[in-house]
Amino acid sequence: MSAVAATAAEKAVPTFYVKDEHDHAEGSSTMLGFWIYLMSDCLIFAILFAVYGVLGTNYAAGPAPKDLFDLSLVAVNTTMLLLSSITYGFAMLTMEKNRVAATQAWLAVTGLFGLAFLSIELYEFVHMIHEGATPQRSGFLSAFFTLVGTHGLHVTFGIVWLVTLMMQVGQRGLIAANRRRLMCLSMFWHFLDVVWIGVFTFVYLMGMLR
Amino acid sequence: MSANHDTADTHDKDDAHADGHGHASLRGYLTGFILSVILTAIPFWLVMTGAIENKQAAAIVVMIFAVVQIVVHMVYFLHMNSSSEGGWSLLAMMFTIILVVIVLTGSLWVMYHLDTNMMPGRHDMSEMP
Repeated sequence: MSAVAATAAEKAVPTFYVKDEHDHAEGSSTMLGFWIYLMSDCLIFAILFAVYGVLGTNYAAGPAPKDLFDLSLVAVNTTMLLLSSITYGFAMLTMEKNRVAATQAWLAVTGLFGLAFLSIELYEFVHMIHEGATPQRSGFLSAFFTLVGTHGLHVTFGIVWLVTLMMQVGQRGLIAANRRRLMCLSMFWHFLDVVWIGVFTFVYLMGMLR
Repeated sequence: MSANHDTADTHDKDDAHADGHGHASLRGYLTGFILSVILTAIPFWLVMTGAIENKQAAAIVVMIFAVVQIVVHMVYFLHMNSSSEGGWSLLAMMFTIILVVIVLTGSLWVMYHLDTNMMPGRHDMSEMP
């Protein structure tokens, strides 16, 4: 409506954009932006799943899923990630109640479950490589290590992020910016759990069925 | 339940822009967790005990459990619904799902046929038109 009040000189030059930008609260679009990042990450995993789907049966006379996978170990691993998801949920609930110490404690528990998941996964990798099932062995193993390794790398960075946020919360408390960061990590962490559902179903369970 | 609504309402008042995360509640997380445990345990049990003889049928059942569990995680842990971020996050997710389906089915379909038709010794070139 400022155009109506504008002087004649200004009227001569038409403007084709909104001059008065309305206010956005700081970080108001962060959640949507982060969600879109997660969707792009989802596409990366979709491509890796497609690669595994195409190469997953090319054993090159090497070991097959049945010779390598230990489902009870994968079940323990899945439990660790699921537990870390619920403890992160508890961290978010205590955060909404403004209880700093409890939030920090739940975040620490989440980090420990994440570390347990990573340790079990690395143990599995080392065990496989020790048996000669290296990424170079066959198309199946290349695709397996790429897909599961990328997920593990995401969890690793998630833990780094978690520790960083714990330090920030320790220094500044649960200020608005830290709450926003914690909510972003919450989405990231739960998203990794969703990807893991795909991994244990598509790679481990269906691999054992072949 | 009313307590949950109260916290959600006060939170909305704090920050009108940040919708979509006011739905977090202890009940929601616990429901999601229990459902996830059940939906994880059943497929593992199916495969580890070999309860379903037919392997193709077992694979389909396991996949159905995975899809249901992904939906459970989306709703209870990621608080996905049609109104979060004014519907934009749902729209972004729908677009991503379409792309994922195209990438997965497209790759598997094309590469499967390529694999089958490129098998050595399967084709006699003299029979080709």
